[in-house]
Amino acid sequence: MARVTIDAAGMHYTPLNRRIREAVASGADEIEIVNVMGQRFIADGLRGDVTIIIHGVPGGDLGMFMSGPTCIVHGNCDHAPGNTMDGGKIVIHGSAGDAVAHSMRGGSIFVRDNIGYRGGIHMKEYRERCPVLVVGGSFRSFLGEYMAGGLILALGDPARRTGKERGIGSGIHGGRIVLRGDSLDRRCLGVGALARPLPDEGYERIAPIIREYACWFGLDPAPFLSDEYVEVVPSSARPFANKYTWE
Amino acid sequence: MTIGSVPVRFGITIDRARCMLCGRCVENCPYDVFRRDEDTIHVNSRKCVACHRCVAMCPRDAISIRQRPVDYRDHPVWTEEVREAIYNQARTGKIILAGMGNAKPYPVIFDRLVLDACQVTNPSIDPLREPMELRTYIGKKPKKLEFRYDNGDISLETTLSPNLELATPIMVGHMSYGAISLNAQKSIAMAVKETGTFMGTGEGGLHPSLYPYQDRMIVQVASGRFGVNIDYLERGAAIEIKIGQGAKPGIGGHLPGEKVCEDVSCTRMIPVGSDAISPAPHHDIYSIEDLKQLVRSLKEATSWQKPVFVKIAAVHNSAAIAAGIARSSADAVVIDGFRGGTGAAPRVFRDHVGIPVEAAVASVDAKLRSQGIRNEVSIIASGGIRESADVAKIIALGADAVYIGTAALVAMGCRVCGTCYRGLCPWGIATQRPDLVARLDPEVASKQVANLIHAWTLELSELMGAAGINSIESLRGNRDRLRGYLLDESTMRVLDVKPVGA
Ligand code: SF4
Ligand code: SF4
Repeated sequence: MARVTIDAAGMHYTPLNRRIREAVASGADEIEIVNVMGQRFIADGLRGDVTIIIHGVPGGDLGMFMSGPTCIVHGNCDHAPGNTMDGGKIVIHGSAGDAVAHSMRGGSIFVRDNIGYRGGIHMKEYRERCPVLVVGGSFRSFLGEYMAGGLILALGDPARRTGKERGIGSGIHGGRIVLRGDSLDRRCLGVGALARPLPDEGYERIAPIIREYACWFGLDPAPFLSDEYVEVVPSSARPFANKYTWE
Repeated sequence: MTIGSVPVRFGITIDRARCMLCGRCVENCPYDVFRRDEDTIHVNSRKCVACHRCVAMCPRDAISIRQRPVDYRDHPVWTEEVREAIYNQARTGKIILAGMGNAKPYPVIFDRLVLDACQVTNPSIDPLREPMELRTYIGKKPKKLEFRYDNGDISLETTLSPNLELATPIMVGHMSYGAISLNAQKSIAMAVKETGTFMGTGEGGLHPSLYPYQDRMIVQVASGRFGVNIDYLERGAAIEIKIGQGAKPGIGGHLPGEKVCEDVSCTRMIPVGSDAISPAPHHDIYSIEDLKQLVRSLKEATSWQKPVFVKIAAVHNSAAIAAGIARSSADAVVIDGFRGGTGAAPRVFRDHVGIPVEAAVASVDAKLRSQGIRNEVSIIASGGIRESADVAKIIALGADAVYIGTAALVAMGCRVCGTCYRGLCPWGIATQRPDLVARLDPEVASKQVANLIHAWTLELSELMGAAGINSIESLRGNRDRLRGYLLDESTMRVLDVKPVGA
């Protein structure tokens, strides 16, 4: 196993990414980056079967357009990790900013703690590619806005939701948002979204994802697995179908 | 039925003496206007959209189409269009969608600008005998060049940014697969390869059959991020971020599920039959700083090897926005004027939102020059470029190159019927119906588009030669070679041109 360590202290993101690419090209399968302090675009557009371990706080757009690698972050993330990501994995031992998993089209993101506004916005899916975003803690408004596909799993304790997480699934026209709890305050639902108890096959689908989440962060999956969930889905697959007439 | 039916828009008559009952009109009309019954052809004028396919195919010139054979009472304020829009909305209560570009009779600034030519002093140049330089580079230009001198050897120290090299300043703008057919895209791709220029993919991904032309493609990243992955970004010669579009500034796009067929689903990377909704904003752009972030993320993903363009609709404060774009690391800004075409746009946006490209380009160019950053970005003008004179005029107003859209479609047969949204384009352009798509032969259509680009390029060099200019760079921003004819003073001030005779 080829392992490369990069010290990112004081390094701009372009040379940092160049170093990462060089390491991948020379066959590294594990890259450890230390002293990351806000460098954006880490692993942007990166391909390959490589694990990148990040110590510190990466800047915006971690793993944007990424296709294949796994990024494990020991720290928090700025906005939009997994932006338009194609495949691979991002595991965040901490919290992340706004627009996590923006337009993500494949792979999975596990956030141990909280995320900001508009998480999972416009996620999509295509054939076998069905992106998954798992949030262990809280989320802010507009979770899964404009969602066109994929799965968002919000495992945070429903008792700790503030009720200010408005606009869940606003404009959703595909995919599903699964939230822990036996009900969802209707005032939190976005336009065009519908909440209902998670059907049985939904529980089957989320079980392995919950186990993976627990495994990444050394948690006990049992309380998550035994709990109840609701799902938010589109109320219609054609939210704009009735808005227009032809000239 | 209080409203009843409105008068037919187009009335068709067949000259029975000329008709030989060949049935071609019946076969060619996808709108079912014609029906054959024994020894006569019946017509249903109400279904006609004036696409002229029948007229073009009739071997006997037997068909005539008259617009508005039944007049409304003439009224300069309550026009037919206004009245019909009200009938439509009174019936449906919905937003009216319309096709093609701005249909209001606003004055066209291009038509009130005239070009210059040399007489006596400063002789004109004959492009037949003298070389004419139309080659255009799109991308950042360094402020100055640094050289290193080494024992008589000179080498360049400055690192140059990637530029696109165009043999002519005319490119074909973004029309997505989905909006137009694959055969139409292929025809354009072959034409731009042939003429040494580039085309845009639109927000629809890149179909594998266009891979052979990928080094002539500008791949688009729009708010829906459809078809965008690293493979797509790497294939393109350049990447364009679409912020806005001249035909519908400020709003997103929406490809209805029924148009997402197997093939379109594969290039857009969404399931068959699902709506493809491009939101109004990019969800990761809420400021100029965010735009910079997206520009840089695309550059970073492609190792800073590709120029990145940013396209905005021409709106009131385009100049300030363009100045922000110029500082975002983008390599070119595309200004799409309010005459830009589209498959479908809300009529109220198509006709009322945005400004003409002439004014927008002139003010963007002036603003960038005043800030000393004109070299940071190229300016590409699009939206309503109809002929080579428009190209010359917009370059003189400060553009580096143009995108044509509708003009390229017209070269393939489009009659500007404006019903692209029906998906039944009889010319095989704005449709995905296999039998209609098959009507467009890329071998033939590509030749036509290439001919058009070639012809305009020839005309452009003639116009330049007449003005004593032998390089497109000397025409760029050269407002002294333009005069305003019956243009108002304030517009001339914006354009920075003098009136005729001055
Ligand atoms: S195409 Fe012309 S000649 Fe042929 S049937 Fe139609 S009207 Fe008659
Ligand atoms: S592309 Fe086809 S449908 Fe659209 S305006 Fe042209 S002829 Fe009409």
